[in-house]
Amino acid sequence: MYYPPRSKDWLAHKLLLFSSRSAAAVSASVLVLAIAVVTLESLPAIRDIGLWRMLSDESWHPSSDSFGLAPMLLGTVLVTVLAIVIAAPLAVVSAVFRQFYAPRALGGIYRRLIELLAGIPSVVFGLWGLTVLVPLISRIEPPGASLLAASLVLALMILPTIELISATALADVPHHHYLAARALGLSREQAVWKVVMPSAVSGICAGTILGVARAAGETMAVMMVAGNVVQFPDSVFAPVRTLSANIALEVAYAVDLHRASLFASGLIMIIMTLFAFCCAEAIAHSRKSYRVGRA
Amino acid sequence: MAPLDVTSDSIFWRVNDLTVSYGKALALSSVSIDIRKTGVTAIIGPSGCGKSSFLCCLNRLSEMIPGCCVSGRIEIQRENILATRFDSTSLRRRVGLIFQKPNPFPMSIRRNLELPLREHGMRDSREVDSTITRCLTEVGLWSEVKDRLDAPALSLSGGQQQRLCIARALVLKPDALLMDEPCSALDPVSTAVVESLIQSLSKNYTIVMVTHNLRQARRLGSDVAFFWMRDGAGMLIEAGSSDQIFNSPRHELTQRYVLGQVA
Repeated sequence: MYYPPRSKDWLAHKLLLFSSRSAAAVSASVLVLAIAVVTLESLPAIRDIGLWRMLSDESWHPSSDSFGLAPMLLGTVLVTVLAIVIAAPLAVVSAVFRQFYAPRALGGIYRRLIELLAGIPSVVFGLWGLTVLVPLISRIEPPGASLLAASLVLALMILPTIELISATALADVPHHHYLAARALGLSREQAVWKVVMPSAVSGICAGTILGVARAAGETMAVMMVAGNVVQFPDSVFAPVRTLSANIALEVAYAVDLHRASLFASGLIMIIMTLFAFCCAEAIAHSRKSYRVGRA
Repeated sequence: MAPLDVTSDSIFWRVNDLTVSYGKALALSSVSIDIRKTGVTAIIGPSGCGKSSFLCCLNRLSEMIPGCCVSGRIEIQRENILATRFDSTSLRRRVGLIFQKPNPFPMSIRRNLELPLREHGMRDSREVDSTITRCLTEVGLWSEVKDRLDAPALSLSGGQQQRLCIARALVLKPDALLMDEPCSALDPVSTAVVESLIQSLSKNYTIVMVTHNLRQARRLGSDVAFFWMRDGAGMLIEAGSSDQIFNSPRHELTQRYVLGQVA
């Protein structure tokens, strides 16, 4: 595009270019800086304790030189996996309902509800979990604050994320695939599950993995209902502590190696999230060739 | 308006007073026509005259369109297929539909043909394989794709994709094929290939084809039905043998349309 020098348009163009470039640079550098700070701060822990001891130490007693993160790592993974196992099927089936079964008006209302669910602050979920869910679970098996409670609260929180992304993925599958399937005499169920679903799977996986990333990092609500005992849980009713809860609980008074090891656990969580994103990317890529056709 | 001097045995669809509306808008008003079992019935007419709506009623895909309301009677072997108790699934197995734009599923070539067979209950893998081979041969694709059946269907050219879609309809052994402007998204070479395929298929299947291309209608159609739009609603003006419609139309509108004197 040609702009005559020094005109008003030219100035506006340059300003817009400059501001959009700076905005992009700021966003990108925030990520780089955040990772850099976390890495730098965790260096003493990695150097003096070592990753191996963090995974193999028997317990978590930073004051007596014991830095075992394994129970909390396992706690994080278990809470996350259980939450996904509960939420993903619900979310996917609900997305299918909304896209293919619900009357249009109901579908619209339903979508608003799901969006509202996504907007509820996590502390409110925690409050509900603490006052309603935990007492309920403690009636089955005390103390109530447990792996199960954390997973259920978390499942509720990630359900809208997975639902909304899955529904978008389903809506993105061209309608003519569905029509073609129906024209071949397939029922609505067959058309949805055999034709539309396989095309939407990569999008649904992406949604689920975003759910995983959110679940693994979610702190407040989980901390309120998980019990926060550092231990390997022996059942779903046992209290657990997650890595993120551990950071939130201890960072206020942690110094030296203790502090560094908290940063190290933050680094581990970043790496876990990155790994999840790579998986999502790989899944999306592996199915691409069937969707886009010739290059 | 049943122009064809034929006994009822040679009729596939007997359409009587078919009216289609979308919400309050009338799309097709009171169409009556008999469609013969043999040959290609070409449906011609300007855009918006309800040709595609008509086609969608013949396999009841119209019920998939939100707000679409169909009344009248369409008989196949004296049964009204518009009756709610008529099983639309078995109807669509007997009447395949080819869309304007080739729309193979985003799966492998093999899976495109295997899916309808498996979903309609064919369990024997050898039977599935032999059906796939037979149908790909029938549409002339076998020699082109036999070495890459597991390649994505969308990697084929447009003409190949359209022939694959025809093969996908053929695996269910239909009696009839509906085609909605099957060549309009294809280049001239692919069009010629698909046209000659339609010609050869017309020996074994009842074919109803919507087309904007008058020369194509003349080349392929044994019967021709001319639709027109009046006051926003489509209607059938005249139907008859290709020879009669193109050479001695009864209706002045038809004459002017086939001579290209009205747009």
